[in-house]
Amino acid sequence: MTESQRVIIVGAGHNGLVCAAYLARAGRQVLVLEAADQVGGAAVTREFAPGFRVSACAHLLYLLDAGISRDLDLAGHGLKLARGSLRTVALAAEGEHLVLDGGRVAAGPLGAADGAALAEFHHRMQRFARVLAKQHNRRPPRIAGGGRSELMAAALLGFDIRRLGRDDMREFLRIAGTNIFDILEESFASPQLKGALALDAVLGTNLGPRSNNSMLTLLHRLSGNTAPGLPVGGMGAVTAALAAAAQRAGVTVRTSSPVVRITLAGHRVSGVELESGETLAAGTVVSNADPVRTLLTLVGARHLEAGFAQRVHHLRAKGTAAKLHLALDRLPEFSRLAAEQVGERLVIAPDPVYVEHAFDHSKYGQSSTAPVLEITIPTVHDTSLAPAGKHVLSAVVQYAPYIAGTGADADARRSQFLERVLAVLETYSPTLRQHLIAAELLMPADLEREFRLTGGHWHHGELALDQFLMLRPVPGAAQYAMPIGGLYLCGAGCHPGGGVMGSAGGNAARAVLAAERSR
Amino acid sequence: MTKYDAIVVGAGHNGLTNAAYLARAGLKVVVLERNPWIGGAAVSRELHAGWIYSNCSYVCSLLRPEIFRDLDLSRHGLQIVPYGGGVTFLQNGDILGAYTDHDVQRREIARHNPRDADAYHRYSIDVMRQCRFIRPLLLRTPPDPTSFRLRDLREMLFLGKEFAKLSEAVIYDTLRFYTMSIADYLGEYFESDAIKARFSGSGIIGTALGVYSPGTAYVLLHHYMGEVDGSSGAWGFARGGMGAVSNALGSALKAHGGEIRTDAPVERVIVRNGKVRGVALANGDEINADIVVSNLDPKRTFLKLMDEKDLSPAFLKRAKNFKIRGSSGKLNIALDGLPEFPALGRDNPLRFGDMHFVDSLERLERAYDDWKSGTWSKDPYLDLLIPSLTDPTMAPPGKHFMSVFVQYVPAKIHGNDWTDADRDGFRDTVLDQIARYSPNFRQLIRHVEVRTPRELENEVGLTEGNIFQGELTMDQLLFNRPFPGYAQYRGPVSGLYMCGSATHPGGGVMAAPGANAAREILLDLRRPNPVPEGWTDD
Repeated sequence: MTESQRVIIVGAGHNGLVCAAYLARAGRQVLVLEAADQVGGAAVTREFAPGFRVSACAHLLYLLDAGISRDLDLAGHGLKLARGSLRTVALAAEGEHLVLDGGRVAAGPLGAADGAALAEFHHRMQRFARVLAKQHNRRPPRIAGGGRSELMAAALLGFDIRRLGRDDMREFLRIAGTNIFDILEESFASPQLKGALALDAVLGTNLGPRSNNSMLTLLHRLSGNTAPGLPVGGMGAVTAALAAAAQRAGVTVRTSSPVVRITLAGHRVSGVELESGETLAAGTVVSNADPVRTLLTLVGARHLEAGFAQRVHHLRAKGTAAKLHLALDRLPEFSRLAAEQVGERLVIAPDPVYVEHAFDHSKYGQSSTAPVLEITIPTVHDTSLAPAGKHVLSAVVQYAPYIAGTGADADARRSQFLERVLAVLETYSPTLRQHLIAAELLMPADLEREFRLTGGHWHHGELALDQFLMLRPVPGAAQYAMPIGGLYLCGAGCHPGGGVMGSAGGNAARAVLAAERSR
Repeated sequence: MTKYDAIVVGAGHNGLTNAAYLARAGLKVVVLERNPWIGGAAVSRELHAGWIYSNCSYVCSLLRPEIFRDLDLSRHGLQIVPYGGGVTFLQNGDILGAYTDHDVQRREIARHNPRDADAYHRYSIDVMRQCRFIRPLLLRTPPDPTSFRLRDLREMLFLGKEFAKLSEAVIYDTLRFYTMSIADYLGEYFESDAIKARFSGSGIIGTALGVYSPGTAYVLLHHYMGEVDGSSGAWGFARGGMGAVSNALGSALKAHGGEIRTDAPVERVIVRNGKVRGVALANGDEINADIVVSNLDPKRTFLKLMDEKDLSPAFLKRAKNFKIRGSSGKLNIALDGLPEFPALGRDNPLRFGDMHFVDSLERLERAYDDWKSGTWSKDPYLDLLIPSLTDPTMAPPGKHFMSVFVQYVPAKIHGNDWTDADRDGFRDTVLDQIARYSPNFRQLIRHVEVRTPRELENEVGLTEGNIFQGELTMDQLLFNRPFPGYAQYRGPVSGLYMCGSATHPGGGVMAAPGANAAREILLDLRRPNPVPEGWTDD
């Protein structure tokens, strides 16, 4: 096999590994190049204090595609859940906590009307989310200029919506572009319930509950159709299993090999250049890096048509989610929360106005004075992550808008925000600080540096209607193939978007193979 | 007691348009109006001796030219006088002029940022393309996407064909335009904050969303898709105030044999055996007709005029959840002379246009934050005009009428009803902002009419004082307006129709909803249909 037939994959994130595995299984010679010294990209387990390990970015698994998991036999390669189907505990500063189990209230103060409305809401959202789920492993259709197969694909999407039935279809078309705040106001009375659901919709996005698009992000979140779980060994275990599966299929993975350039010969890729100066030839390069990094840094705007480069430049990809890791010398106590509940998914979002107010600060480049949190304590279910008897608290914290740069200013911003976050946590867990051994807060700029995510955005770009389906990441490049021969994208910046899902990687692999067939 | 073929409840511009078309088709029609005057929110009122206020709606552009011609509104006395340009006063003492001449506008923008001048060229073309896309849809009934009826399928096909006429790239741009925030949309063109602030105002007027809220780019169209005398995007004053529009429509209605009764508040719509039978007035009179058309917003129509038992619970829920949020207010000011704006200079022709004082996106967004927290913006977005400069009939010689539109103003203050003290506080906030740019402004004030959502609701009958009869967000546009399944002007009871701005294509003094509703009614009656359909220009 010649080098021009080789496929190089830039980045060993979960999507890069999925793509690699599928291509290798189809008989391609695949080389994965990873900048870090371990595989996984942002889906890694990180030792943030001696003996304490934690999922570095996303800490809950709920979107991983079941078909991919089965295809690649991830269970056979060591992936195991320490705990599936976590419940959600909406913490209350005063009074009773509300415990939700999907569409059911497991415990807590919720009136009968809200309880019934929640069940109905939950089921309806599940039905709507299934429409999105059906699109996960399909290439988004081109709306025009793509010929009959594209029209058929578009019709299929229309058909999926139509099949909801008349009432559901009407409701779907009404709410798909709207915001969670209004829908919650229509449906429920309890601020506690509305706060928790609002948080679900805005986690990982640059949206407040009142921002339109926040229904779409909620549906995206639900489209995995599984309750959140915790993998044994953290998120790194998912990508370790993917890497094992890829290697079994014949993929070569090289870590500590940062790619600095995607090289071109004419208007086709010819390979990549590493930071070490080494060049590697390949006829196909698939980038798991985010679209901005891939196209503007690794390829370079001067090789792109101006209008296209402009679109990539305007891709909205500014992260607002920070990640908090605490090493604790014992299991933390939360006021009025039974010890067996501490291991569930705990959320601090007492009401939707609180969430909206937290978002307001980020609009002006400031971190929230009263942030919202999604907390897990994985060590309750997985003792391998901390020394015996000790615990790890992992939390997604919003909103901390992306501000480029490092140095004293960034350090000051980080420590100021850490102080605020701990203060909020202390309202719910007054003794927390006494048990604190070490704390790490990764701001979006830190995530950008650590995981090479442009703008520190977990999803490689906002998930919103204008960056969705055939518009993701940018119009004219939504089918994984970039406008440079042999160059593909396979990351969360592509359809169907962020979350540890793997579908983008699988779809990209199919796009590579389909292009070969049609050549 | 006489029986009518159709009763139109509310003599707003859409109610009058609707009635005029029904009368023209030979129906015996009466329009019932609660106030002693007609016009709804398009009125001219002498609230201070010698001064005529356009005291709600104040400028005209969207009125569909097909309807203007078709109902021969010129003959009925309507004259639209275009005005040009405008100005944004900047914090640094400079101004940003807005000119109707494309090249002059480019030079002015270049003075602030040369790259933005190039971008302005692209921007104008792209926005005009969106206007051209939407215009053919204004005088059409939206299809029901869930229906398999021939007519709905044909309309869906029409929409699809309109889409297919665009290139692939333009289709994607259109999808994005409909879903983006105005700030993000402008961010793809412009660098200068003042320029973005100038253009983004059109994305939030009358809307309970901020410039950073997705969905606001579309609202821009409701300020760009109009025209005056064939000049696209131009705005004008109705000579004699906006009441001239309503009066011309009323005159056209009467010319076709229709009736108007003022001081005739409708108390309830009479329904018997699932069919509309007429209306009952507040004075107890009943008027019979098999067709009742409501120009009121859905909340008033369904929650106030109708009996709950005549509506299904699902429908009632839709009506209750309809988003019709008060987000704006108005000051109408009688002035003893022309206020000076030193940054503008005395004879600058830009004074004929709209004046704005907010020069950054952040200030606009913060104005929205105040609304969210339940109070009027402390640094509001004003759209200020002095119509008497263009139309001297509005004020005595040498005196002036100033119209100040204010965004954002909530329907309730921290959840409570507006008090007179709140109203005065709101008035002072607005006057202070103007006075910062015009030193002699305060001395010239002779009378101020303050209109908060409370006044708009009580007098005009717009729930929460929402000027568009309902938010122009995607969940309430096209086949979702006002509710999914009821976007074809027919109400939930046989014989009941809707014709207000709460129906497609929405707010602004456009008259399209009234005409579209008339077309549907005549279709149901199997009558010859004189209502123009689609886009007849271009």
